[in-house]
Amino acid sequence: MTTQPNTQIPGVHSEPTSAARTATGLLAYLLAGLYFGVVLVKSEAASWYRIQEMFRFESFHMFGLIGSAVLTGMVTTALLRRSGAKSRDGQTITVTPKEKGWRRYVLGGLTFGVGWGLAGVCPGPIFTLLGAGIWAMLVVLAFALLGTYLYGALRNNLPH
Amino acid sequence: MTELLDILRSPWPWYVGGPLIGLTVPLLLWLGNKPFGISSNLRHACAILLPDSAKPGFFRYNWRAERWNLAFAAGLILGGFVAGVLLANPEPTRLSAAGMQSIQKLGVTMRPGLVPAELTNLSHPGVWLLLAVSGLLVGFGTRYGGGCTSGHAITGLSTLQGPSLIATVSFFAGGILSANFLLPLFMAVIR
Repeated sequence: MTTQPNTQIPGVHSEPTSAARTATGLLAYLLAGLYFGVVLVKSEAASWYRIQEMFRFESFHMFGLIGSAVLTGMVTTALLRRSGAKSRDGQTITVTPKEKGWRRYVLGGLTFGVGWGLAGVCPGPIFTLLGAGIWAMLVVLAFALLGTYLYGALRNNLPH
Repeated sequence: MTELLDILRSPWPWYVGGPLIGLTVPLLLWLGNKPFGISSNLRHACAILLPDSAKPGFFRYNWRAERWNLAFAAGLILGGFVAGVLLANPEPTRLSAAGMQSIQKLGVTMRPGLVPAELTNLSHPGVWLLLAVSGLLVGFGTRYGGGCTSGHAITGLSTLQGPSLIATVSFFAGGILSANFLLPLFMAVIR
């Protein structure tokens, strides 16, 4: 009997299949999401009360939170890119630039902002608050999906 | 033991939470060169859910390549359960005195929890209206503007992108407008 190079031998580890590799890859993002969800709740960025306080300029909390988040993101991302480090899967770290223009950012931004100020949730907290057992967020999620669909259906008629 | 539990249940100050939020940007870049942005998941969900015959071109793309982000969103739900149920803060959000006064003026009572009971009481039609309008605008606006707080305010500003600054200023303007002028009108109906 000749040995074939690719046959599975019990007890000998082979390269993980691509399905297994995808699953472990997704698990890493699931854990990253779990981390972010915990931070959203514990920092109270997912608190309706804090969002109202922010939009009325009645406390420094949310401004300190967002300000220090941006500063940390800026410094650590710059360091990561300058270090020449590759991503876990060997890619050169790249940041995709946003499309140029201003109309869509002003009009879309204003629309999102008005919605944000009402129920006090941006997209991250919609998911996180659902996990916290606030089922009314299912209504927000369902209508957010409808809004997303409407944009997709109407986008050719909108200024960008 | 109870002391440890008290610590785990307490909310964090901004100077702890903020840097931990910011670290998500390099974390996702390191994990696989991914741009941090949560609202894209609403688009992916539409791409998955819509039947092929009724699908606008905007939702015709390979959403399977974006499964990482859907996994991230699933993680957000788990995180909400861990921090908002298992380790829930037993105290109400500690707002400033001015903040608490405004909340009371809106007709909302300060209780423990992340969203007031007045806004989650689905037996009231006014609450449905508030949540539906809010969701609709968040879904439409984030896609129109190409991102939300995570994609523009955190990721975009962290990587010095002009369009993200325009978007962030705009959504803050919208939020200031609606929290101060629109929400009181809705609350007058709900009360």
